[in-house]
Amino acid sequence: MLRKINMVALGRRDTLRLAGAGAVAFVTSSLLPNLALADSASAAKAIKKIIGDKATQQGRITLELPQIAENGNTVPIAFEVESPMTEADHVKAVHIFSEGNPIPNVASIRFSPASGRARAATRMRMAKTQNVIAVAEMSDGSVFMAKAEVKVTIGGCGG
Amino acid sequence: MAKSKPRVKVPKSVKKGEVFQVKTLISHKMESGQRKNKKGKKIPRMIINKFICTYNGTVVFESDWHPAISANPYMAFYIRAEKSGTLVFKWTDDRGQTYEKMASITVN
Amino acid sequence: MGVKRYFGLFVVLAVVAGASLYGFAAKAKDWGKYQSGELRSGYTYASKETRAMQDDDFANPSSIWMDQGEELWLKAQGKAGKSCASCHDDAAQSMKGVATRYPVFDKSLGKLKNVEQQINICRKQRMEAKPFKWESNKMLAMTVYVKGQSRDMPVNVKINGPAAPFFEKGKAQYFQRRGQLNLACKHCHEDNAGNLARANLLSQGHSNGFPLYRLAWQRLGSLHRRFRGCDKNIRARPYGYGSDEYVNLELYLAARGRGLPVETPAVRN
Repeated sequence: MLRKINMVALGRRDTLRLAGAGAVAFVTSSLLPNLALADSASAAKAIKKIIGDKATQQGRITLELPQIAENGNTVPIAFEVESPMTEADHVKAVHIFSEGNPIPNVASIRFSPASGRARAATRMRMAKTQNVIAVAEMSDGSVFMAKAEVKVTIGGCGG
Repeated sequence: MAKSKPRVKVPKSVKKGEVFQVKTLISHKMESGQRKNKKGKKIPRMIINKFICTYNGTVVFESDWHPAISANPYMAFYIRAEKSGTLVFKWTDDRGQTYEKMASITVN
Repeated sequence: MGVKRYFGLFVVLAVVAGASLYGFAAKAKDWGKYQSGELRSGYTYASKETRAMQDDDFANPSSIWMDQGEELWLKAQGKAGKSCASCHDDAAQSMKGVATRYPVFDKSLGKLKNVEQQINICRKQRMEAKPFKWESNKMLAMTVYVKGQSRDMPVNVKINGPAAPFFEKGKAQYFQRRGQLNLACKHCHEDNAGNLARANLLSQGHSNGFPLYRLAWQRLGSLHRRFRGCDKNIRARPYGYGSDEYVNLELYLAARGRGLPVETPAVRN
């Protein structure tokens, strides 16, 4: 957790000059003091609730997220799971979780062989810099997982 | 927006077996339940929590949404073209209120 | 004590400066239509993902309001039983170019009027319908629909003739220090465009994309809403929606951005 930086102590010109150094200040002040945020443990718990004790494997999932989110309230997310999407071999569901939001569950998406492609895109909210996790359940019972970190900056020019 | 307005984008015609993309968008605040009003009281959660797409009556895509889905939710996905017919899109919110939109698809 | 206090800040900035310089170096590129000489549209300061949202007409959240605007255009409203289409027919023809010219001088008013005000003038005088409230969904839908018909056309407002004194007022406002922070528009948008205010990248502050979907608002919003936000940011008392001050400023901004394309409806942070 980064220390709260007291910007008021700096003069206005100094603030603009510092900002002008081209540095992105990943400073989270205590702007979200009252949110009880999830963490990797609660995300793990939420994942377990859906897939049980199954072991998860790496691979097959491509998770598309920006490295830095322009605004945490609208972060485009897309994912695709490699699969022939036939009756015999398809993706049953993909569950998205966040490690740093008040609630770890983001969405559960259920596919069918008629989907043709296990790919979907949406926009999600992110309370702060955190990992986003995608868990894919396959028709044969196997489970795959992918994780990506997105940096979320707190703005400055709200209005 | 007092009334949620859905919009969908579906190709007019596709070849049989072709996997085509569907884009959907609906206006909705997706009130997360985390925000507080000016008096410091929590604004109750009110979101769209379910989205279903049926193709000639069969569910081809289904999704459960939680408060982390952004306002004015956008969702894009794919469907394999089988027969000409109707795609029905249905959104359901926490109160059970539903919003529907239909689109026809011609499969050659 | 002073050094210790800010040590953490300097470390963070130093570590991140390297990474961010790499990221921001990418901004020095040819922006095509979104650049006109020294002028750079807000589009060029937005992230890749935000630009993609604007580029996709369907996925652009503004499309919700565009749809509603089209519905309202065709709907008969008011005692005269007319719709916008009754007089103006196909908006794609009749409204083309409007966004490139407004705000304009209105002889009977003796001052400038912008698109929102023109919409309400039409509603009152021609349709005998109730005016739309500023920043209501209906007003935003109507404005974005009308202005959206000029998409990609270069902004080309007139600042001579009767509009001249109002242009001067708008210009004076742009350069006037105000608020507790004692800043003028120019301090951020001229002197510091491309720099960061906290974690927000400052743009040149052009108006060519309004009304636009602002991620921070999670809603479509007008230029005057943004003005009010800017004024609040510098701890100045904001003027009212549709105030003379903001309409004059709107003309100055449009003139300042002449040559940039109308991007309504844009998507910004």
